[in-house]
Amino acid sequence: MTDEHVETYAQDFKSYCIGGLLALMLTALAFGLVIFEILPHFERLIALAILAVAQIVVHFRYFLHISWRSHRDDLQLVLFTSLILFLMVGGTIWILFNLHERMM
Amino acid sequence: MKRQPLLHPGLNLGSTDEYSHDEAEPVIFGFWIFLMADLVLFAILFATYASMSVQGQAGGPSPTDVFDLPSAFIETMLLLSSSITFGMASLALKYKADRLHLVFWLVLTFCLGAGFIGMEVRDFWIMTQQGAVPQRSGFLSAFYLLVATHGIHVSAGLCWMIVMLVQLRVLGRTTEVKLRLMRLALFWHMLDIVWVCIFTFVYLFGVAL
Repeated sequence: MTDEHVETYAQDFKSYCIGGLLALMLTALAFGLVIFEILPHFERLIALAILAVAQIVVHFRYFLHISWRSHRDDLQLVLFTSLILFLMVGGTIWILFNLHERMM
Repeated sequence: MKRQPLLHPGLNLGSTDEYSHDEAEPVIFGFWIFLMADLVLFAILFATYASMSVQGQAGGPSPTDVFDLPSAFIETMLLLSSSITFGMASLALKYKADRLHLVFWLVLTFCLGAGFIGMEVRDFWIMTQQGAVPQRSGFLSAFYLLVATHGIHVSAGLCWMIVMLVQLRVLGRTTEVKLRLMRLALFWHMLDIVWVCIFTFVYLFGVAL
């Protein structure tokens, strides 16, 4: 490896290590919340959702290397897909739970 | 040092292999679009599961009755560490000239992935022994559909890994082989992201609700 590559290797290696550590911590926190029943019921669900979103961001940033420096519209594609997913999943849940309430 | 712009998702080869690096951009962008479409498939299954898990139990077992959290935790750890070892394989692909490092990390990733699938099949087996079969309720149908779709994706990734190990042996580290391995890396990391949603919104929410 040339000097330049030694330097970029260190950067890339660090990226995977930081990502791995953060992901492990977030996973342990999420399981810990449920197993040890920390926080009241509703707050626990909110905390779990936030931990999941945080971990997804960590995976995208450190394992898939998506960032503002991307040359193509990789990040925009991810954000647009997230918007579509949010509309589909959120909309389905909203409509079906509403329907369920009215049918009871 | 000036940081090069990233041409595509995943680890960029950059100046370690200029030719493959330039070839990679359109190919990997296309695969990225496929992955986004695959996420839409999973989103639909999540939406189905979310509606079914609470309202579709039909007097059958509830998530708390059938989910085994320690087992889900072990599966999560297996898949997460396989993601990290695949990262090490990507680093070996980019920086190490010899094949040994790369093959070592790929085989390790394969073993962790196979362990994950083994645990999942064991879970499904125990659940069916308890009478929690897909045809029991809407909740269980949606559960098996969602989790098994992810499991089939992981199994496909494992087959892909075997094919790549054979190609590494037969073809060596050509540009094509490198680009295929880089796409497999994206596929593998994306499956781990889907699993983050599964363990949170299926297993942990199921037990915490």
